[in-house]
Amino acid sequence: MTTSEIAKTDLVTLTIDGVQVSVPAGTLVIRAAEQIGVQIPRFCDHPLLDPVGACRQCLVDVPDAGNGRPMPKPQASCTIPVAEGMVVNTQVTSEVADKAQQGIMEFLLINHPLDCPVCDKGGECPLQNQAMSNGRGESRFAASGGVKRTFPKPINISAQVLLDRERCVLCARCTRFSEQIAGDPFIEMLERGALQQVGIYEKEPFESYFSGNTIQICPVGALTSADYRFRSRPFDLVSTPGIAEHDACGAAIRVDHRRGVVMRRLAGNDPDVNEEWISDKDRFAFGYLRTDDRLSYPRVRDEDGELRPASWPEAFAVAARGLAAAGATGVLPGGRLTAEDAFAYSTFARVALGTHDIDFRARPLSAEEADFLAAEVVLRGPGNGGPTYADLDAADSVLLVGLEPEDEAGTLFLRLRKANRKHRTRVWSVAPFATDGLRKMGGSLVPAHPGGEADVISGLAHRQDVELGSTSVILVGERMAVSPGALTAVAHLARTTGAKLAWVPRRAGDRGAVETGCLPHLLPGGRPVSDASARVDAAAAWGIDGLPDRPGRDADAIVKAVADGSVGGLVVGGVDPDDTADPAAFRAALEAARFVVALEQRETDVTRTADVVFPVAPVTDKPGTFVNWEGRPREFEAAFVNTNALPDARVLAGIAEELGANLGFRTSAEAHQRMVEMGAWDGDRATLPETPAAATVSGPSADQVALSTWKLMLDNGSMQDGQKYLRATARTPVCRVSPTAAAALGEMVTLEGDRGSVTLPVEVADDLPDDVAWVPANSTGNGVLADLASPGSGVHLKGGGR
Amino acid sequence: MADTLTPVLTADWADEQSWKLATYERNGGYRAMRKALTMAPDDIVTAVKDSGLRGRGGAGFPTGMKWGFIPQDNPNPKYLVVNADESEPGTCKDIPLMMATPHTLVEGVIISSFAIRAHQAFIYIRGEVVHVIRRVQAAVAEAYAAGHLGKNIHGSGYDLDVVVHAGAGAYICGEETALLEGLEGRRGQPRLRPPFPAVAGLYASPTVINNVESIASVPSIIGNGADWFASMGTEKSKGFGIFSLSGHIARPGQYEAPLGTTLRTLIDLAGGIRHGHELKFWTPGGSSTPILTDEHLDVPLDFEAVGAAGSMLGTRALQIFDDTTCVVRAVLRWTEFYKHESCGKCTPCREGTYWLVQVLTNLEKGVGREEDLEILLDQCDNILGRAFCALGDGATSPITSSIQYFRDEYLQHLSNGGCPFDPVASTLFAAEGAR
Repeated sequence: MTTSEIAKTDLVTLTIDGVQVSVPAGTLVIRAAEQIGVQIPRFCDHPLLDPVGACRQCLVDVPDAGNGRPMPKPQASCTIPVAEGMVVNTQVTSEVADKAQQGIMEFLLINHPLDCPVCDKGGECPLQNQAMSNGRGESRFAASGGVKRTFPKPINISAQVLLDRERCVLCARCTRFSEQIAGDPFIEMLERGALQQVGIYEKEPFESYFSGNTIQICPVGALTSADYRFRSRPFDLVSTPGIAEHDACGAAIRVDHRRGVVMRRLAGNDPDVNEEWISDKDRFAFGYLRTDDRLSYPRVRDEDGELRPASWPEAFAVAARGLAAAGATGVLPGGRLTAEDAFAYSTFARVALGTHDIDFRARPLSAEEADFLAAEVVLRGPGNGGPTYADLDAADSVLLVGLEPEDEAGTLFLRLRKANRKHRTRVWSVAPFATDGLRKMGGSLVPAHPGGEADVISGLAHRQDVELGSTSVILVGERMAVSPGALTAVAHLARTTGAKLAWVPRRAGDRGAVETGCLPHLLPGGRPVSDASARVDAAAAWGIDGLPDRPGRDADAIVKAVADGSVGGLVVGGVDPDDTADPAAFRAALEAARFVVALEQRETDVTRTADVVFPVAPVTDKPGTFVNWEGRPREFEAAFVNTNALPDARVLAGIAEELGANLGFRTSAEAHQRMVEMGAWDGDRATLPETPAAATVSGPSADQVALSTWKLMLDNGSMQDGQKYLRATARTPVCRVSPTAAAALGEMVTLEGDRGSVTLPVEVADDLPDDVAWVPANSTGNGVLADLASPGSGVHLKGGGR
Repeated sequence: MADTLTPVLTADWADEQSWKLATYERNGGYRAMRKALTMAPDDIVTAVKDSGLRGRGGAGFPTGMKWGFIPQDNPNPKYLVVNADESEPGTCKDIPLMMATPHTLVEGVIISSFAIRAHQAFIYIRGEVVHVIRRVQAAVAEAYAAGHLGKNIHGSGYDLDVVVHAGAGAYICGEETALLEGLEGRRGQPRLRPPFPAVAGLYASPTVINNVESIASVPSIIGNGADWFASMGTEKSKGFGIFSLSGHIARPGQYEAPLGTTLRTLIDLAGGIRHGHELKFWTPGGSSTPILTDEHLDVPLDFEAVGAAGSMLGTRALQIFDDTTCVVRAVLRWTEFYKHESCGKCTPCREGTYWLVQVLTNLEKGVGREEDLEILLDQCDNILGRAFCALGDGATSPITSSIQYFRDEYLQHLSNGGCPFDPVASTLFAAEGAR
């Protein structure tokens, strides 16, 4: 809560342990006590969950309830709101409260095993800590010959989450989180009395993208992850705050590591962004850092065609020589970069290569999207016209266009669900069908065919039920790049309704790459290439004479230009060929290019064909900044120092120096400094053309259905490699079709597109039109783009088979 | 002895086919309903307030006042829920009533629903008593057929539907908010209050929850007038109630008498304590009320006097134990019940009852220590008033009260190395005069 919000609320004054304190009306006593530095012990209480009053650990004495009358018995301070004139005595000043708390603690411990020495929670356990602060030293239960209740241990409640029932204190934090926050009520209390336990449904697995949060908020060691169980002791870990690199949400995380190895990741606490929650991908997907295919030294291709190890200076020199000889060079940095590294690519292209042929978009893209990014996205942010997470709470309605937050932006999903539950924000989604994720956000569907979104969006301005106004927010996903006219229609809708607009890409580095000019028509800080004064400004900042006055080629054009020989060199960052608009064409370009320099963390199809391969530092090994979808810079420090890995910026600076150019920085910190110095463009920003740039999209023919697709949160993505338990919680890939189509198809369907075919089980989506089929984009084979067809195009459905 | 017994609810229990609509109407049934439907709903509420009727489910909250809490400006539907989940050890009044004259309850439901402007009522019956559920279902069906339920009841323009709901066998569902959870299809565990059911009860709508006997008393109040009802009983505990005598008594059963009668009177009516034995201890209102002894035979059985004697009137479930009974054993059995029925939601009740049973078991076997009595009392102190609902409080009542009156008997178990009583002697099949 911000200061101004507090000022607006009525303050209530009460006395706790003889100290007067004023807190906003509605504050719970347990949190009011924190304001005067009194920590009342608690287990079930969690500030982000609805009060339940189950554990009774936080009992306090209330000699005056604010009406002059005492409350007859101790009260659970986690359930009673403050009242004017209330008097509360906690364990600090009240013997009654102290005895009540000691009594509850004694009860909690009678059935709790004494296995702290082998328990993962030992050392960071609220039960352990509070038993020390608010419990008795000796066990009367054990002394009186008590027999503990035991359970066989542990049981899997999912592939990732394990439950030790005998450690559980039944605070119901996990079940309440799943029901209230994630909307996945797949765990629930079973049985009663001391046999009460957390359980799962026989036929419904604990399938939640957010299950890991239950482990983190478990106040005992009852919930552990298969991944971290018995791996480490908390007091052996070093914690470094970080920012999750798996999506564009910018979730705060805590990286816990020991002797140079990440042992686990936890949610950080950032009320402005992710509160205290992160997705399972943010939490568990860090095994890619220690896979066998990690690159650890530079390689250059020999005369005999083999890649061989090389020293850094040699690799720099070979790369520079090769690029100089290759002629025109295109730069494809990918979408996973920190803003500093993206700035380095942007600078490298302009300063060392003298080209605007740079495009971070390693996915289907369009010229309309590029115009949209320059006109509507770059430089927008909190306090500068862009919506924030907090705006979602305040919004009367939120319109999602081509965006499935549960899969593509987990933190955003949780905040939208909260906005709907707590603030009655209405959620609308322009999509081909209503997903479970939309249902969990209390949302309603605005049906649209793949590729036909533009008309639907334009129609929204006149629809009575979807009321968009100045307190509304429109969130558009990156997939709309290839829906002709959609982004232009969204921009018009925002303008006519006054709604705030934001673009939500999938990758952590996408927005930073926009801001730093990793686009053929945009320079760092939103400077349009077409604007002469912006070019002069950028050239001056870089200390070069000038910049080409025409925009460069986008990623698709670079691939084409390599094929026709007009571009000879490629500098490729973290790009997976199968993510690109046409994987086959991209691979052909890699083969055709005269010289390829790859900067990668792990071996990929790009590094295998490259002429020089540089290993680059992962997020743990470098400081940096991710710019999230809000446009909020999310800076983080390196978890590990003195590793051999160099950030992309350092590698590019090395190549540039061999090319005789000076980027003006070598380290990430220097790149950051230069980026800040260059600053934002204060001249006119680019405007969106009234009619979108022409796009060629081949829709389905009469006997085909249109292909709708997006990536599930957990799929075959390479950054989930090395994490078998996490992978096991991924959803089963299915093909969703209309009820009519499903009846004709049977249990299995084979989809045939112009790039191949995919066979999947059929699942019915009631509101899907008969001529649309949905498949997950990267859950089978090499993914839909490589194996089937491009999104929005036509595919044939063939039924049969089991 | 004109005032000794006041059969109203039980008056027709002995009739041939007393549960049939025809029998009930022959005895004047559904007249009060016809009268009520011509009254203003608020006047019915006032009449029930004036009668002084207090909740018969144990807590004794004034029924009319409870009805008055329903916010009539709330746009949500109003609900009447009848708590027929009678499961307290010793309590056996609602089940016989529903068995013998279910129409008394149905008529009460109609009048009460009309008064609070509910168009939907639920009767939540304990799941184990299938025969009673069937009988109430049959009575409701008869009432529908006779036009007492359904649309536009007897041309009054008032609609009412009644659903008979079977519980799933959990004592906790007698707690009103746990009952609502169960009725909504969830696990029976008590809800956090506020909001209170009167404001946000069943399906988050204003809800009145009353005991069977309370609702069944309403027709007589409307039929005979509030003054008639208030003329019985004591100053603050008006009217009559069913007193259920069980245990070591010559003629166990239901005795309907004005509140304020005494156990001595009731034992006389029931033919005295089991032949050849003396009263040792008794519960005034089921196992959750602290036990009393023969020194309390003349305590008026109303809310105030029993409270003053250190116990609670509760459900007027008078369990009578004679001198063959081991109090430790009886308390252990009760405690085992509470352990089994604790819902598990809150720590003191869940863990406390688990531990209490272990300590009591040791004491009963004579392997405990004298300090265990202090631990036992301290445990009870840590449960009483600390639990989420009254179940935990109830679990401590027999223990603290039995130690208060029979501490020596506990110690005797320890010095004797086991129970000094013959458990067979306390059974009803024991030979007469066995000690």
